Amino acid sequence: MDPHVLLRALPNRMTAAVDARLDRLGLDFGRHGTDPYGISRAHLRVFYSLLGWMYHQYFRIRAFDIHHVPDQGSAMLIGNHSGGIPVDAGMVLASLFFAREPPRHAHGMVEKFAQRWPFVSSWFSRVGQLPGLPENAIRMLEDGRLLMVFPEGARGTGKLYTQRYNLVRFGTGFMRIALKTQAPIVPFAFVGGEEVVPTIFHAKALAKLTGAPYWPVTPYLLPVPLPLRCEIHYGAPMRFEGTGDEADSVIEGYVQEVKSAVNQLIIKGLKLRGEGAA
Amino acid sequence: MSEPSATSKRVLITGISGAHAQLIATRLFERGHEVFGIDRRPCPTLPKGIHVYQADIRKRPAADVFRTRKPEVVVHMATTTHYSASRQERLRINLHGTRTIFELCHAHGVSQSVFIGRHTIYGAAPDAPLFRTEDEPPLAVTTFPELADLVAADLYAGTALWRFPALGTAVLRLVYTLGPVQTSTLANFLRGPRVPMLMGFDPLFHFLHDFDAADAVVAAIEHNVRGVFNVCGPPPVPLSTLCRATGRVAVPIPAGLFHRVNGRFGMSKLPRGAASHLCHPVVVDGRAFVAATGFRHQYDADAAMSAFRDSSRD
Repeated sequence: MDPHVLLRALPNRMTAAVDARLDRLGLDFGRHGTDPYGISRAHLRVFYSLLGWMYHQYFRIRAFDIHHVPDQGSAMLIGNHSGGIPVDAGMVLASLFFAREPPRHAHGMVEKFAQRWPFVSSWFSRVGQLPGLPENAIRMLEDGRLLMVFPEGARGTGKLYTQRYNLVRFGTGFMRIALKTQAPIVPFAFVGGEEVVPTIFHAKALAKLTGAPYWPVTPYLLPVPLPLRCEIHYGAPMRFEGTGDEADSVIEGYVQEVKSAVNQLIIKGLKLRGEGAA
Repeated sequence: MSEPSATSKRVLITGISGAHAQLIATRLFERGHEVFGIDRRPCPTLPKGIHVYQADIRKRPAADVFRTRKPEVVVHMATTTHYSASRQERLRINLHGTRTIFELCHAHGVSQSVFIGRHTIYGAAPDAPLFRTEDEPPLAVTTFPELADLVAADLYAGTALWRFPALGTAVLRLVYTLGPVQTSTLANFLRGPRVPMLMGFDPLFHFLHDFDAADAVVAAIEHNVRGVFNVCGPPPVPLSTLCRATGRVAVPIPAGLFHRVNGRFGMSKLPRGAASHLCHPVVVDGRAFVAATGFRHQYDADAAMSAFRDSSRD
């Protein structure tokens, strides 16, 4: 799917806001429009144009305390995952691009199954969303880039509506990488994602057919996100001392601190909405 | 390249009649080294002063070259790919030939051996890291079975590091080469007017200019490097960009039809395992080689693609 064809189909007002900010990302797109990681300027134009519409018009996102994300250098954004399909990831990327000065581009760590899907795999690669592997994460952080990680993984997006805003187990790999690369961790909470795609059960046969870990079914059957308002709350950066080679018990303790920080941000977000934690 | 080497070395190049081997031989010769080679094919285009012994590397006359010329450095390039040899022939040349060469190096007191390998041995897979370092396992043995003989030869060459410690061995895993030489693996893939792509995939392709590849091998010899090294140049580019910049038409083929149209409609024929390389990238991290040799590529991706395009028009 040629991004240039898609760009021609997009109204100018959608792409105009993106162009100026793209130039401020500090990415070296080279003569052929791709950076050393294969991120394509043309793909990013389409990507952020669409995300911008979703961010401003469809979900009417409000981002709080985004100044906690550093202006430059590496950092790990760690947050809750929710909502059947990862709308939250796209909106976090959009907040960093549209709501912060200067804009930053973050790299998501994508579930490996998505790399097998035609078009999806290619687009993820061209917009810098790489397979969730420690090697990729370390390389990005050592290169001073922003990494977006959802330590709940597919367990997070696979939550049913009845389990909304209850954090499930956090993987611990991100903490070892943060320690090894000395990258700060910026916790965040995405509030509203659970209502956007309210999953009531999983269609296991469809999941098996597509190679996905689950297939969300909503009260209206299709996992189409509802146009509901969402918020992103960023927390103060957290730094941990160590080499990444600590005992599991030590790492678990650090991870619990991060999980607790994310949970506090969720509670803050829900209170702001006038809701208590579920 | 930097200033000519102060120390002249006696360098034997196996497979010297190959186009890339000739580039390396000529560069070494111009830098003051004594160069000679072994190949079954004659090579009239090399500069005078570079002698070619027409022999099979696994036969007795090849051993005699070691005995009489006493090389200090051996660059082993007598390997072949699926484009030019059958499976049995590849095994015979790539694996058994490599074994013979390393044993001859050991027996005749060669001080340095350089094995020219390929980055494709890392294999293309959906769950592989984007940048492959030298300690990554060679997944091609399962993702691209037609490369099994080259994987085996590469790993076998690496065993010389502990089997023959007096022989300083360097295994260089070069990315694809592209430029005026029309016989590389990537050049063969791009040979036709149309190039197959798998619909919905556009993997990164990592390559360096033919001349840079030759300079990298010279740098490895002159810095007397020892170990396994990835060798790369400019950042990779997507296959669609590669096709566009070399004047080829990229033809997206649905995965289910790929093996039916393979090698037809003006597209080069690929072994079955090559389909994985049309889905996922094989990109390497070459920082260790740069640290060991100070090697810097002189040509960017655009120069390599332009050189290939212009040369293929001739």
